[in-house]
Amino acid sequence: MSAQSPLQSPPVAPPGSKRFLGARDLALVAAFAALIAVLGLPGTIYAFGSSVPITLQTLGVMLAGSILGWKRGALAVIVFLVLVAAGLPLLAGGRGGLAVFAGASVGYLIGWVLGAAVIGLLVQARLPRYSIWWTGLANVVGGIGVVYLIGVPVLVFKLGTGLAALASAAWFLPGDVVKVVIATFVAAGVHRAYPQMLAPLRNRRP
Amino acid sequence: MIGVYRAGNSLLHRTPAGAKLLALLVFTTLLLIFRSPTTMGVGLIVVVLAYALAAYTPVVMLQQIWPMKWIVILLFPFQWWIAGWEAAVVVVGTLVLAVAAAGLVSLTTRTTDLLAVIEWAIQPLRYVRVDPERVALLLTLTIRVVPVINDLVHDVRDARRARGMERSVRAYVTPVVIRTVGYAERLGDALVARGVDD
Repeated sequence: MSAQSPLQSPPVAPPGSKRFLGARDLALVAAFAALIAVLGLPGTIYAFGSSVPITLQTLGVMLAGSILGWKRGALAVIVFLVLVAAGLPLLAGGRGGLAVFAGASVGYLIGWVLGAAVIGLLVQARLPRYSIWWTGLANVVGGIGVVYLIGVPVLVFKLGTGLAALASAAWFLPGDVVKVVIATFVAAGVHRAYPQMLAPLRNRRP
Repeated sequence: MIGVYRAGNSLLHRTPAGAKLLALLVFTTLLLIFRSPTTMGVGLIVVVLAYALAAYTPVVMLQQIWPMKWIVILLFPFQWWIAGWEAAVVVVGTLVLAVAAAGLVSLTTRTTDLLAVIEWAIQPLRYVRVDPERVALLLTLTIRVVPVINDLVHDVRDARRARGMERSVRAYVTPVVIRTVGYAERLGDALVARGVDD
């Protein structure tokens, strides 16, 4: 054990460096998983027979990726989905349980995990430089591109027709573009308030 | 928080969660492998019997598939027209039966029991340096945090109304997220103080 000089500033452990998930990371992941759940509560609009509802829940997914980074962001989405699968009615419209994962929109849910990871990866790849345009691009690629890339083919497979799937994707696109813009600006505000939040991909330790 | 679970004392309620999950996996896999109207007919009988075994009326089963009513109403005639009635029965049947069966597992299994199965299933992750107990803590912690974040969202909503900015989404989401991060920091401090990192 090395004695620490009292003048030295307290050591701020870079997120996730010490072990798989430090206590502070644990708290952040839990808080954002809960945020994704709560964002599903107000003002839910349904489309296509409530198979795929429009909510702010995808906004929560984008925020988790852009604020927490790829590892904690994807984990927050996974934790949220695990709680839904375990029977808590946290998915938009008060839906929950395993039935959700047997339904047609399960691809979008899996897409959320990878989407959050891709957003986080892209944002972290450029750190310590943080640009709002880059974050916006990351949210378009991860929050829309990746989510649709998995969600639409699964929907096509489940419904046995590409037409309905494409129609639903087109229906969601405008809302998702708005969510990208909101997520980007909000994430920028959070990074200004908490500059220590994200570590660059390669942990440069002194 | 009230889950999907409905208390009961039937055979299905008393069956271990792991066994029900395995049965669900086998059932949905069989539906996907044998894609024929006969399979759907057998599957329907199995699901109806399973609901009866759980002492549920057919109404409960209908409630489970009710959210899919529009999909069924739109998809069935469309598939019939495009690919014939057999394809329509298979596509709609697979979807409806899988949702009904999965719903039954959730109806008869406590959230805590399902979480216990998940904790058991992730034990092998030990070998890739993921601590299963930590994951379990994360899951229960999140359940506790949901009502906290919900209160926080309501506070922000009231503040926004007081300032007459009800329509601004940014005036809503930004403070919600900043407060969420602030709460997470305090929660992290509390966890560190309780020796979670030791």
